[in-house]
Amino acid sequence: MTVQPPVSHTMESTLESVNKAEVMAEQAAAQAGFDEDARGGISMAVREAMINAVMHGNGYSPDKHVSLSFDQAGGNLVITIRDEGPGLDPNAIPDPLAPENLMKQSGRGIFLMRAFMDDVQFHKLEPGTEIILIKRVPGH
Amino acid sequence: MSMKASTRQVSGVTIVDLSGRITLGEGSVVLRDTIKDLLGKGNKKILLNLGDVSYIDSSGIGELVSAFTSVQRQGGELKLLNLTKKVHDLLQITKLYTVFDVKDDEAVAVGAFSS
Repeated sequence: MTVQPPVSHTMESTLESVNKAEVMAEQAAAQAGFDEDARGGISMAVREAMINAVMHGNGYSPDKHVSLSFDQAGGNLVITIRDEGPGLDPNAIPDPLAPENLMKQSGRGIFLMRAFMDDVQFHKLEPGTEIILIKRVPGH
Repeated sequence: MSMKASTRQVSGVTIVDLSGRITLGEGSVVLRDTIKDLLGKGNKKILLNLGDVSYIDSSGIGELVSAFTSVQRQGGELKLLNLTKKVHDLLQITKLYTVFDVKDDEAVAVGAFSS
């Protein structure tokens, strides 16, 4: 396992950014020493957070950007995604596992982030939303 | 890898062989358009072969759900074939595995459609 210095990227609000972020997450997870299954989960969580930021937060606006950063701190891989949108209340998202929501087309992104990460935090920014994804690095 | 879909007929069942990623954007659209096209042509027994689907995100899961409900709404049946471990695990944790009829053998899957 290699401890990497924090890395930050400013990205456009596009699907291409979502795809790039997914690849970056896979690489960061590999550098941190995660196995293949964990890397898949981490990159999926980042993909879902980026979709939230790009689509729901920034509305694909060319005037708004997403900031993505990777850090290893205190034995954790910490990934932070910030958008410039109106703000997200994660508590307002219906439970996708509830019977009345199971067959809905959307609403599973946050659930998947929580399924694959050890901790997911949401913070309101002025403006925007910050999502922090945390996964304990193996051996810590 | 972009999504590709091809169709074939086996004993009255339309098998859609999908390959690539079913994700937000092109992948989801390909699946949506394929199902819409098949239903428009009166094909109501649809088997989605996901053996070559390497990845699916929440949007892709949503499109699978949407495909299921669209087909069902028109009195048809949609089943899934050959899930990879990744897709299988995702459908399990989202509690959708038991909603879909999932098979790992094509002949068995085709035989499972109502006659």
